Amino acid sequence: MLQTIGADGGVIRFGPDQPLRLVSGARLNHLEIAYQTYGALNADRSNAVLICHALTGDQHVASEHPVTGKPGWWTQVVGPGRPLDPAKHFIICSNVVGGCMGTTGPSSIDPETGRPYGLAFPVITIPDMVRAQAMLVDALGIETLFAVVGGSMGGMQVLQWAADYPERLFSAVCIAAAPRHSAQNIAFHEVGRQAIMADPDWRDGDYALQGVRPEKGLAVARMAAHITYLSEPALQRKFGRELQRDGLSWGFDADFQVESYLRHQGASFVDRFDANSYLYITRALDYFDLAEAHGGVLANAFARARGVRFCVLSFTSDWLYPTVESRSIVRALNAAGCRASFVEIETDKGHDAIFLDEPVLRTALTGFLEAGGQVRGLK
Amino acid sequence: MSRSREDFREILRLVRPGSRVLDIGCGEGALLDLLAREKDVDGRGLEISPAGVAACLARGLAVVQGDADRDLADFPTRGFDYAILSQTLQAVREPRTVLNELLRIAERAIVSVPNFGHWRVRLALLATGRMPMTGVLAEPWWSTPNIHLCTVRDLTALCDDLGIRIEAASALADGRPARPIDPSREVENWRAEQALFLLSRPGQAAPAEVAPPTDDLFGR
Repeated sequence: MLQTIGADGGVIRFGPDQPLRLVSGARLNHLEIAYQTYGALNADRSNAVLICHALTGDQHVASEHPVTGKPGWWTQVVGPGRPLDPAKHFIICSNVVGGCMGTTGPSSIDPETGRPYGLAFPVITIPDMVRAQAMLVDALGIETLFAVVGGSMGGMQVLQWAADYPERLFSAVCIAAAPRHSAQNIAFHEVGRQAIMADPDWRDGDYALQGVRPEKGLAVARMAAHITYLSEPALQRKFGRELQRDGLSWGFDADFQVESYLRHQGASFVDRFDANSYLYITRALDYFDLAEAHGGVLANAFARARGVRFCVLSFTSDWLYPTVESRSIVRALNAAGCRASFVEIETDKGHDAIFLDEPVLRTALTGFLEAGGQVRGLK
Repeated sequence: MSRSREDFREILRLVRPGSRVLDIGCGEGALLDLLAREKDVDGRGLEISPAGVAACLARGLAVVQGDADRDLADFPTRGFDYAILSQTLQAVREPRTVLNELLRIAERAIVSVPNFGHWRVRLALLATGRMPMTGVLAEPWWSTPNIHLCTVRDLTALCDDLGIRIEAASALADGRPARPIDPSREVENWRAEQALFLLSRPGQAAPAEVAPPTDDLFGR
């Protein structure tokens, strides 16, 4: 018998009696977690799947985005007949702590001051995001997750789940992620943050109170980051040196289609994302180093995760979190004696392939989750 | 190089029930599946093709995409009881390194190779003066993946060189049951079409307890 719990999600509130204790030592006494669910929890509560979203993602995995009106960001993976199927799985996705789609973040009102947190919001980390997700999972009455699944920053949260709550996981899927941020990763994020902070409308993070938005800075941050999500061949194939109009402008308009595309990416991003959230979440990514927190040995992070079935996936043309990073995760999982599978998916679409229709991604996910579901006794 | 039923059957006989097995070049996971069902092993695989790994995932197997020459270093020391390298040693770039790696990763290695010393191969070369193409060596020289073909004597000598002990050896031929052999006997180097070795490093492994040969696993 199926039991429906919050079939479309909502917001869960945690008060000062259940503070979120952060790695930095600070705590959030007022935490709201916005989440979406798809499907229904089965009677023995064994079919719950948590999806962890990426840097600029949110909880709207497979349903229309309330701001943009676009379909969910992972309809290739979540939906009827997809690897994660609401007919079979109870799928949960929550907006991360520090985010701007309903979960407490720098743009939220601090109940203690009645003003937006702004830079008074504490620095958050990937482990903090995961702890908040665990609080949500608890609140939904779920003891163990059939799977925790995520790509990019979501994949890092998956690894953190395996390190912090292995006994609550049956399986884990980590796509195009890394066990730590590299110098290059940090460098690109720093470009984005500097672009935001250089915008005169940023106002030391106090823009909300002053009635402005650092849209130009945030758009530039998005443009720089967006390049890292694509591959050189994909950019070349899509745009080459094609012009927007006939002939050059002999000025600084967007002559090339690639310029126009990036400007569009930047401009549409600012409609749905908050600049301070971008600062905080990129910081959380930069601070991520799973091995460092475990005596410098990544395998130690997975010492308690021997009972978890892992699936690690990477893309050949991803230069943001390249295959070598996924391999280091797999090596550590093997060294820890975990049950790990790994596929490097051949594609020229770069990091963005996570969100695109990649047949091998879909068959690998379907195979892994179906086989796990059989062992778990899911119908 | 396809992996024969005789190969599987002999491996199944050699592997201790409930052991930890790494199958290198596991393809779509047929052997791992069989070992899990028949011998209750805790199996892992290494496979070079993404399609092969995806097929293994669908079977519920834990398989890592990678290549024997490059990625064995990712596996921890003595994480397995057996490392299986079936019909692949002749196709790797560094057979010596790979053999040493197998016995770093596992207590025992099970290695099978086509025997280039088989009489039919020798005769083909003698008679035609061209690279032999036989049942086991089916591809012409310019497209074969086999870059390091060897004979039973060659492999025996290499194991000697590397201080590796041959605990057991069998001759394999299509359609016939495996036959235990003494690989140091020159006549076996003529007779064996393929050879399968159970290897260990002296001082690292207790003597193997091998189940007696059976004939009924494939319902014959």
